[in-house]
Amino acid sequence: MTAKTVYLEVRPYTRGWLALAAALGAVLAAALAAVWYMEHQGHWVTGMTNQVVWGMPHVFAVFLIVAASGALNIASMGSVFGREAYQPLARMSGLVAMALLAGGLMVLVLDLGRPDRLIVAMTHFNLKSIFTWNVVLYSGFFAVVAAYLWTMMDWRLKRFYKPAALAAFLWRLVLTTGTGCIFGFLVAREAYGAAVMAPLFIAMSFAFGLAAFILVLLYAAKTTRRPLDEALLGRMVRLLGLFVAANLYFVALHHLTQLYFAGRGGVEAFILAGGTIHTLLFWGVQVGLGGVLPLVMAFGGCRHSVRKRATMASLLVVLGGMAQVYVLIIGGQAWPLDLFPGMEVSSSFADGRIHAYTPTLPEVVLGLGGMAVAGLIILVGISALRLLPAEIRDSTPNR
Amino acid sequence: MTALSRRQVVLASGAVLITGPALARSPGAPASPANRWGLLIDTRKCAADCTVCVSACKAEMGLSGHDRPLTDAQYIRKIEVRDPVGGKLHSLPVMCQHCAKPPCVDVCPTGASMKRADGIVLVDRHICIGCRYCMMACPYKARSFAHEEQTGQQPHLPRGKGTVESCTLCVHRVDEGRLPACVEACAAKAKGAMLFGDLNDPASEIARRVASEATTRIRADLGLDPGVRYQGI
Amino acid sequence: MRPKALTRLALLATLSRQRARVIIAILLALLTLPALAAEPPAPPKAKAGTTCIESPSVMRRDHMEMLKHQRDDTLRLGIRGAKASLKGCVDCHSTTTAEGRPVPVNAEGQFCQSCHAYAAVKPDCFECHATTPAVKEAAR
Repeated sequence: MTAKTVYLEVRPYTRGWLALAAALGAVLAAALAAVWYMEHQGHWVTGMTNQVVWGMPHVFAVFLIVAASGALNIASMGSVFGREAYQPLARMSGLVAMALLAGGLMVLVLDLGRPDRLIVAMTHFNLKSIFTWNVVLYSGFFAVVAAYLWTMMDWRLKRFYKPAALAAFLWRLVLTTGTGCIFGFLVAREAYGAAVMAPLFIAMSFAFGLAAFILVLLYAAKTTRRPLDEALLGRMVRLLGLFVAANLYFVALHHLTQLYFAGRGGVEAFILAGGTIHTLLFWGVQVGLGGVLPLVMAFGGCRHSVRKRATMASLLVVLGGMAQVYVLIIGGQAWPLDLFPGMEVSSSFADGRIHAYTPTLPEVVLGLGGMAVAGLIILVGISALRLLPAEIRDSTPNR
Repeated sequence: MTALSRRQVVLASGAVLITGPALARSPGAPASPANRWGLLIDTRKCAADCTVCVSACKAEMGLSGHDRPLTDAQYIRKIEVRDPVGGKLHSLPVMCQHCAKPPCVDVCPTGASMKRADGIVLVDRHICIGCRYCMMACPYKARSFAHEEQTGQQPHLPRGKGTVESCTLCVHRVDEGRLPACVEACAAKAKGAMLFGDLNDPASEIARRVASEATTRIRADLGLDPGVRYQGI
Repeated sequence: MRPKALTRLALLATLSRQRARVIIAILLALLTLPALAAEPPAPPKAKAGTTCIESPSVMRRDHMEMLKHQRDDTLRLGIRGAKASLKGCVDCHSTTTAEGRPVPVNAEGQFCQSCHAYAAVKPDCFECHATTPAVKEAAR
């Protein structure tokens, strides 16, 4: 038996609401200005080159897209896995998932060489391309999650609730598998080219998505002065710890596989011990700050309040996640393609050299714009619809 | 017949060492899967300091460049290869390898990356959205992205900002029965290290040499079956 | 005989309908006025001694379709020598300066630009395609 949860819209146009909307709008405006500049000049004004073809926008986009599917987990925990404690948060979870995905896709699309040809991407499909599948999976994600949200909010559709929940969960698994395969299916790049990328991305999505969700929830609860149950928060922090551990496990598995293959020793030595920014980001930020420390916070003896622990652990997971995606995307490209294994090569086209990449401001601003869009969608969503519980607490009455 | 005279022009222009590839295709006829255009490059004839093929390509394709080596387009480049054991040096040109199973075509979301019936891999820039996934997928680093507005295009090779480009095997010449610019220049101004022809035609010189001599492909282990073969490395 | 009120109502309705028509007509006139005021384009004549592949009326209406069809045929299938080609357009319709330098067809007042500006259509062709005819081999 569950207690009835009351959902209430957030009152819009208050001073705080307007200030937040204006701030997010300003970041978005700056991002659009950056896009205008980059597209007008061409990509040479960014740090991206013919060697490092995907840069900072892709780091942000992949982070947001991966986090999007993970943010849906809270809803799935409640409806698919029967953890009723999470059910009051299911609506928020669906909204955050859609918002993060929209932000990520915006960044991805606006970095295209020809963003004006988006319609081409929607009308010409090469079904052999994992990218095409992702276009379908991303669009479908919006539809599936929207339908799922509908079944949660409209009692007349109660009988579709379970099937919609299951469909959304399966869809998000396939979606993250697809995102992982964008890298996993690249035979050319030694840093990727492994099936483990798919489960690794799923583990990443669990961790990043939950961290982003906790941050949104904490902020929303605080600014709307709605009570947030500490026991529920404690559960979520422990769940976050579990996901962080899963992420670390797959990272270790990936690198161990790579190290075992003699031919991939070079790229592993470069990432793990090369002494470049990638090594620092990997050990310091991804594994240290974004992996081990949140684990300690989740399970270890930390004397801070659960609210503080949740905030810190989530922020660290987001930070570590950005570093992880950076090392994966940029670090993977920085290592040169091996045209002649076992030989030393050089050319006028930077063959056989480790490629440098320096992100430029417009690229970073575009990425932040994606986050701002996600924020705006969440803000408008919780103001227009009854998504956020009036009291955020466990719906099981025995506590 | 004009086709024949074109061939004679090619033969007379200094490319005598190399057999003309084929007759020009008649107007209205599509590229045929009966052909598989390819190159055979003899690295023993390729000098380290020679960049005749690269210059010829730049002139033919109108690749003016902006003196920015990291973002300027290169369809063909010279790679110096050194064996760490003993230090033996090789020099060779690398361009799009026109794979039979091109990863760039597999990954392209819109189908802009494509392989013509006769095995030539091209970018259809009319529907290229500039996502650069093909550049992530190509093991040969054969593709470039137009990082800025382009000027001075050749009528036979449109190219513009925001799309991906690479060696076309001089498809505009091949369709006229002429040799690719790099091959022609190598024969005329260097040692004729490059041989162009139809790998599917057992009577062609390239097919005969591939049948009788040892040839290699770059990263043959990937199983992409490139149309460009090498000797001496 | 209808009741007076009804007649008046019907009259009012017709009147307002008429008024709406008049307003729409005025709006339309205002909207199209700039176009009427603008000089119709006077693109440069094609090169002497050349004939277009179709009549001007057909070309005006269908050139984009012809070119789109041809571009796919040529690039993707490798069919050469099609009737319609952008290269053909540029060959005949580009002009040269007094010093003999070629003028791009998309330059101000030139063949492609003048008409597309008038029709307010931005062609994507010249982002990539050459805007002047091929330079003779000997010139290189």
